[in-house]
Amino acid sequence: MATLDSKTPPGPLADKWRKHKADMKLVNPANKRKYEVIVVGAGLAGASAASSLADMGYKVKCFVFHDSPRRAHSIAAQGGINAAKNYQNDGDSVYRLFYDTIKGGDYRSREANVHRLAEVSVNIIDQCVAQGVPFAREYGGLLANRSFGGAQVSRTFYARGQTGQQLLLGAYSALMRNVGAGTVELHTQREMLDLVIVDGQAKGVVIRDLVTGAIERHAADAVVLATGGYGNVFNLSTYARGSNATAIWRAYKRGACFANPCYTQIHPTCIPVSGDYQSKLTLMSESLRNDGRIWVPKKAEDRRKDPSAIADADRDYFLERMYPAFGNLCPRDIASRAAKRVCDEGRGVGPSGLGVYLDFSDAISRLGANGVRERYGNLFDIYHEITAESAYEQPMRIFPAVHYTMGGLWVDYNLMSNVPGLFVLGEANFSDHGANRLGASALMQGLADGYFVIPYTIGDYLATQKPGSCPKADGPEFKAAEDNIRTMTKRLLDNPGREPVSHFHKRLGKLMWEFCGMARTKAGLETALQKIPELREEFWANVRVPGSGDSLNQSLEQAGRVADFIELGELMCRDALTREESCGGHFREEHQHPDGECKRNDEGFGHVAAWEFKGPGQAPARNVEALNYESVKMSVRNYK
Amino acid sequence: MVAANSTQPLSITLRVWRQADARQPGKFVEYQARELSPDMSFLEMLDVVNDQLTVKGEDPIAFAHDCREGICGTCSCTINGKPHGPGRGVATCQIYMRTFRDGDVVTVEPFRAAAFPVVKDLVTDRSAFDKIQSAGGFITVRAGSAPEANGLPVPKPDADLAMDAATCIGCGACVAACKNASAMLFVAAKVSHLGLMPQGQAERDRRVLAMVGTMDELGFGNCTNYYECSAACPKLISHDFIARMNGDYLKASFRAALKPESAGASGGV
Repeated sequence: MATLDSKTPPGPLADKWRKHKADMKLVNPANKRKYEVIVVGAGLAGASAASSLADMGYKVKCFVFHDSPRRAHSIAAQGGINAAKNYQNDGDSVYRLFYDTIKGGDYRSREANVHRLAEVSVNIIDQCVAQGVPFAREYGGLLANRSFGGAQVSRTFYARGQTGQQLLLGAYSALMRNVGAGTVELHTQREMLDLVIVDGQAKGVVIRDLVTGAIERHAADAVVLATGGYGNVFNLSTYARGSNATAIWRAYKRGACFANPCYTQIHPTCIPVSGDYQSKLTLMSESLRNDGRIWVPKKAEDRRKDPSAIADADRDYFLERMYPAFGNLCPRDIASRAAKRVCDEGRGVGPSGLGVYLDFSDAISRLGANGVRERYGNLFDIYHEITAESAYEQPMRIFPAVHYTMGGLWVDYNLMSNVPGLFVLGEANFSDHGANRLGASALMQGLADGYFVIPYTIGDYLATQKPGSCPKADGPEFKAAEDNIRTMTKRLLDNPGREPVSHFHKRLGKLMWEFCGMARTKAGLETALQKIPELREEFWANVRVPGSGDSLNQSLEQAGRVADFIELGELMCRDALTREESCGGHFREEHQHPDGECKRNDEGFGHVAAWEFKGPGQAPARNVEALNYESVKMSVRNYK
Repeated sequence: MVAANSTQPLSITLRVWRQADARQPGKFVEYQARELSPDMSFLEMLDVVNDQLTVKGEDPIAFAHDCREGICGTCSCTINGKPHGPGRGVATCQIYMRTFRDGDVVTVEPFRAAAFPVVKDLVTDRSAFDKIQSAGGFITVRAGSAPEANGLPVPKPDADLAMDAATCIGCGACVAACKNASAMLFVAAKVSHLGLMPQGQAERDRRVLAMVGTMDELGFGNCTNYYECSAACPKLISHDFIARMNGDYLKASFRAALKPESAGASGGV
């Protein structure tokens, strides 16, 4: 069994990080340049980590599968980034941001990690402003804020509806500065396909050059994975089409534990599915819930009516009704399930009946169309492009969609996995959001990990490694990993199958959405655990991957990723089946309060489940890290 | 944007640029795309065509794409001669089939420019943009050394204008649209964004000189004021920023000539 020591520092919560920083080992400046660090991924977490480590003097190699490090899907985050600056004088504090995040995560995250996140949130804003990120400003020139779900203060910093883009371009500019200075060696269009472990420690990666097909080996003193989340297991999601789990999944198969894989976030406000050809779902930012009101008709027979013909008295503003204290700004998991419930009652709108209205008519009468356009213009434009409807004239139709994964590779307080030398940052790890992430917290975590955590904690590990002791990439472990990848590539290309990769991805997505989506049951998960292995067999028997392995081959890339998604989907269902409770984004129908809210089982499941690979065809082992709440009492979330 | 004129399925003929790699010549190949929903995106249509090609045992069309919501800058098709196709202020991934009519012949090519060599079919190598960025598209600040964020007020109009420039997604449509394959709009957007912010003043001259110099070295052409770049830009970034950059460049050139760097500037610490 893997040992899961969270390495949470002792002492009072608010002092842990400060004290830990003082206690960690340091690497002296002359030695830093003797250590090589591999960073995989260049989203917010990867780019901020790569640039920060290079600024400190480490030799950094950064690998991205995109054609440029400016493309990662952090770029699509719309709404904002939280920070406990309390610029609004509305009662915010580090403690309150910590508390909101713990509560928002339904008491399934690690206290110490979350408190550190809240502490460094203020440094992130300073850093980004200094980089020139054009945050929204008030007329006095100071920074503006807005509010987001799960909070009663305004602590969200934003750059129109493109906050993720601006923060990523800030991190990208820092990364490219180091590339120009020769302190980061950048490799674009390179996909990590295996992790290399030497004497029990992560010491390298095997990479495929996506343009030439060449398989490369790279050795380093430490490996940092910042490769994002795995929501594309569901096929349809708000993720980019290329977002994938391959790097973390292959690391899992080399011994890194995968924590809480069943914790997925379903975002309440996305544009509904329109047809079978659909390749992605588009998010409408949570910030819209500041001014938009969500409703469905009270009577099912009104659902086909023109919304303007439904009188106010015949509308059910169900979030305002069910959660008067937070109203339309209740957390995502709660808003999504409420939307599902009213649609299950037959009151959903739109052609499929899987939609609810997000209505801006009150906001337009209050602020004028121009006032609304100034706040949300680009979102209304996106909505119009996709649906050919104007949200200024009629309510938007929205429905929940997969948006984020809280689970990920298990890491300790230092963001190191159970494999020494393997660090995991951003959405790829499991650490800070528990069973549900609050809005505007993903950007915060990605940058916290990259700018302010890994620069300290990686030194604590590297100081235990002799400078210059990094193994050569010609050792047997590297050769075995490369052979493994060559075999898999050949098997995919030579497979005498008939169906394109997308065929299997769509079927997996439907299984996952039906059985491991917004509501899960024992029977459904058991069905999925029977069907997914069948799908896996069928994939390997019948997938067709055209082309060759020695040039750009997008089908081959996708085939490897979908093969991993199928395996990961199975683990997610296994995790969801074992977790006999409801918490945050994980809702088991068997475990609910009479009003339909999540019923947690703190005694039985107040822990992290970290799954350990035991070999192909073997059941994985379920390891447990107890969550010890010292400062906050686990209580029932109440947004009423 | 063209309004929804029909909910009926449509069929089109695609003329697609096929090229195995940068060394081999390419050519147009015709494909039929039938019974398409008008609500389908242009890239989803290519997905469907590719699945059909795969089942038939043919090589699918390589095309660049990722976020499919117009923000990552990966997608890059020239559709009927226009970079990103018939829409205004949108990227290729935001084109929907309702824009086309039943029976249309639709020509699809990569973004064409000497500085963007074709990798395969519709995919080009735009790493030249990253090189320009690494020459000076940044404000040097290491993590941990930033001052308090509200210590430096930025007038709202400056921040708003900087944001207009900063919305650039780095797709390269401006280059593909320009008859000189100039990258002036791309470079001007970054130079203006950082130059408008008080934080960006320390490196202002050095930035514009280095970025423009690198742009010239990489084989991009010059601006001759046709403004096709702005028209093709998915974020509708204004060519006014090019004028701002030219002003910056001129002033920086004079200052660099008249005010030599301190002899100790490049010396050791």
